Amino acid sequence: MTIPGTPTPAPGKKVNRIGLALTAYRGGKSTLCAGCGHNAISERIIEAFFEMGVDGQQVIKLSGIGCSSKSPAYFLGQSHGLNAVHGRMPSVATGAMLANKGMLAIGVSGDGDTGAIGIGQFVHLMRRNVPMIYIVENNGCYGLTKGQLSPTADIGSTLKNGVVNDLPAIDLCALAIDLGASFVARSFSGDKRQMLSLLEAAIAHRGTAMLDIISPCVTFNDHEGSTKSYSYVKDHDEPLEEISFVPFFEDISVDYEPGTVQAVSLHDGSTVFLKKLAGDYDPTNKSMARRVIYESAARGEVATGLIYIEPNRPDFLALLNLVDQPLASLPAEKTRPPREALDAIMDALR
Amino acid sequence: MTPPELAVQEATGRSATTAVVNDFSIQIATVNGSGSQTANLVLLRSLFQTGVPVSGKNLFPSNIAGLPTWFTIRASRHGYSGRKKEIDILVAMNPETARDDVLGLAPGAVALYDEPLKLNDVRDDLVFYPVPFDKLVATVCPDAKMRKLVRNVIYDGVLARLLNIDLAQMEQALGKQLAKKARAMALNMAALQAGFDFAVNSLEKRDLFRVEPMTATAGKILIDGNAAGAIGAMMAGVTVVAWYPITPSSSVCETLATYMRQYRMDKETGKATFAIVQAEDELSALGMALGAGWLGARSMTATAGPGISLMSEFIGLGYYAEIPTVVFDVQRVGPSTGLPTRTAQGDILSTAFLSHGDTRHPMFLPSSPGEVYEMAIEAFDLADGLQTPVFVMSDLDLGMNTWMADPFPYPEKPLDRGKRLTAEKLQALGEWGRYKDVDGDGIPYRTVAGDGLPTYFCRGSGHNERGQYSERPADYVANIDRIDRKFQHARTLMPPPVIDRADGARIGIIGYGTSHWGIAESRDQLRQEAGIETSYLRLRAFPFSRDVEAFVAAHDRVYIVEQNRDGQMAALVKLDVDAALAPRLRSVLHYDGLPLDARTITDEILRQERK
Ligand SMILES: Cc1ncc(C[n+]2csc(CCOP(=O)(O)OP(=O)(O)O)c2C)c(N)n1
Ligand code: SF4
Repeated sequence: MTIPGTPTPAPGKKVNRIGLALTAYRGGKSTLCAGCGHNAISERIIEAFFEMGVDGQQVIKLSGIGCSSKSPAYFLGQSHGLNAVHGRMPSVATGAMLANKGMLAIGVSGDGDTGAIGIGQFVHLMRRNVPMIYIVENNGCYGLTKGQLSPTADIGSTLKNGVVNDLPAIDLCALAIDLGASFVARSFSGDKRQMLSLLEAAIAHRGTAMLDIISPCVTFNDHEGSTKSYSYVKDHDEPLEEISFVPFFEDISVDYEPGTVQAVSLHDGSTVFLKKLAGDYDPTNKSMARRVIYESAARGEVATGLIYIEPNRPDFLALLNLVDQPLASLPAEKTRPPREALDAIMDALR
Repeated sequence: MTPPELAVQEATGRSATTAVVNDFSIQIATVNGSGSQTANLVLLRSLFQTGVPVSGKNLFPSNIAGLPTWFTIRASRHGYSGRKKEIDILVAMNPETARDDVLGLAPGAVALYDEPLKLNDVRDDLVFYPVPFDKLVATVCPDAKMRKLVRNVIYDGVLARLLNIDLAQMEQALGKQLAKKARAMALNMAALQAGFDFAVNSLEKRDLFRVEPMTATAGKILIDGNAAGAIGAMMAGVTVVAWYPITPSSSVCETLATYMRQYRMDKETGKATFAIVQAEDELSALGMALGAGWLGARSMTATAGPGISLMSEFIGLGYYAEIPTVVFDVQRVGPSTGLPTRTAQGDILSTAFLSHGDTRHPMFLPSSPGEVYEMAIEAFDLADGLQTPVFVMSDLDLGMNTWMADPFPYPEKPLDRGKRLTAEKLQALGEWGRYKDVDGDGIPYRTVAGDGLPTYFCRGSGHNERGQYSERPADYVANIDRIDRKFQHARTLMPPPVIDRADGARIGIIGYGTSHWGIAESRDQLRQEAGIETSYLRLRAFPFSRDVEAFVAAHDRVYIVEQNRDGQMAALVKLDVDAALAPRLRSVLHYDGLPLDARTITDEILRQERK
């Protein structure tokens, strides 16, 4: 039994419940800058899928365009992946999940990819609650096009080239909650433990799991004056809870002090345990979730953890009353109506 | 030309009082939202049931209520389905346009009008029939609120009497329109009868137009092209449909949804074997279609020019990452919003090369509902076969207007899902690369998530034949050249042109899509009126078969007839044929938003011939 939250002991040697070693979850070699937050996130994704014993053949990974969006090539090498166009990965993911609802989709986007060019598709993804994990690797700037401001840059923050941002930031978590997202979390690429638990919970969640992960760009936005730098986030991180995750296949037995821990069960039988740091914080309470985001932002802090969860909201595919078999693999007998059907249609048009 | 032009022409040697039988156009001028649709379709259908070839065209504004609308019905014993430029019988119900409508008629035409409009003062060379609609409707419909709904049916009754249409046919047509709504049926029948009786008692027949029963419509159906596309897509086994509403394409997916709910629910479970999603815009609609195509589903979207413009970037991804999907483009007048409810063939060039970089896309060019149906099915096979987005280029005239058609044949060919890797194939090949051309036709084998076969990373960025990221010049060139081989291969896979060679003809005509209907009739006019024989090649697909070049080579002058300003198809033909042949190509262009008519083509060809 693993105590939830305890870091996994020396991965690599052990195999997971489907008999695979951690290396089976790796992808190609990263071409991102050394020290880029995005690389740390890829590592956590590899660990989380390994820990959860997910079959890579059942996963699709998607992204838009940007440094962040390159990262799906660097994890889960056994899975099909698709690099869409800038900001428009949500629609591709939606179509893919319509085609095969048995897949587990993970999408990686950037703050420009999501908050600027892709904000429309982001909005509708959240609203539809398409089952997928949607990660925003948020560095407050455009990495791939060399350091322009992004819409998540905080007002007053500066870029390395001295440009000061004079527009308010879009808070993607607050927006996602407003839009009806069913799983909204924020974390920091430097917080291994929290990110791993959140990712595992996201894998178990059915619906869109939106993770806004602050992921400093060491090349263009990791300096004094940036609010998305390693040092700034380390100093201003305000965890809402200590989060631990117990997958459905493990015995639930946790040490916790009653009254300070909230357990939320997810659709596949897994449970997230949230050891509250912030008083009465309840991640199933929408107005409380909004308030904690705004209040911590007003204090110049970044609230991290599982901010909001609604585990039972029906996902988009459930609303469509689809047959059990993936649409993509239905045989022609199921997809081409019989002669009598066409005859009946023709008769009605005479 | 005078309205009873054909009559005059055919009456040569006969007295000018010879009846004009089953050969006229009726235009009903109403206000959008005034509930004339039932009345118009009843009139159209009653002619159809009488065995007379008909077509119906709705010229409507981009508005829900209040702007003028014209519905045109053409009855043609010759079977001409194109728009007739001249109006023979006007039904003037719209006070706002009535004067202009009457002024636009040629001498001798008929004007049936709402009596208070006093149109008979406007000119004295027409046959006028005033009808007191308000008085008549009041007698049959005591409930003032209901009157608007049945008022228009009165002109059907009047025309039944004047043109000699059997009232029983109208009753049957009404029954079809109103399904089983007994009360509505009774009210409408009373209005129909009131119009008929009024004509019997108060109107003296003074025109030459008459309907006589024929058998030319036996076994036929009446349908619009969008419904035909929907039926085709369903029979092709589409499973994922994403769309964003836009005139004139919306009814493709709306009709599809209706049919799918009826015929594509799984028998055992009652669950849907399809997903139809109204997306947030066309970017998303195409993104969803591509996502589904990537995972191996048959997917589609339907749109019009503005949507095509938005889809441009994504289509490049589909092209270069080689993802199948089908896009129905029901063309309308642009640029920008243009004339959103008017017809055009204006997306030909932009769609052929949609997106940036070296892109070219297969386009089907249907002329009739029957072809939209067949080409829809072929389009899905071709998209899977070539692993690329494929376009079906319809237009508003074809998509939204009512056409006569033969019932659609059941597809005998099984679905062709293209080159999908299998475990056996993998073993035979030894090694698999997603973009490796193993058969020499440019088409590689693909795998999809969930099939248990080797995976790859699908991307619009440079890649080698194994699907790995690559910026190597040689990899890029090899890849983009292989994709072109697929396109060249498509020349032989797509429907060949329909060619009608006239013996010894020096003049050739090339047309496509709805231009066909005007061309077919214009060829008769050219022969009958000017003694000019023409050959005709009707394009049905891009890329062209090699027959196109041979056709151009066989004629001194070739007129490419199309509905846009710049001769877009002519440009594609010029790119495709031997440069030495290019001077033979001429254009006949029509782009005012109205469906193309024969007279316009005839006049323009004669004008250019005289030069
Ligand atoms: C339509 C379009 N416009 C612009 C670009 C150029 N572009 C590529 S990545 C990018 C911004 C990426 O920023 P972000 O999403 O924050 O990702 P990061 O690189 O910071 O991880 C832009 C503007 C593009 N690829 N496509
Ligand atoms: S430029 Fe910034 S975002 Fe891009 S890889 Fe380098 S550090 Fe990461």
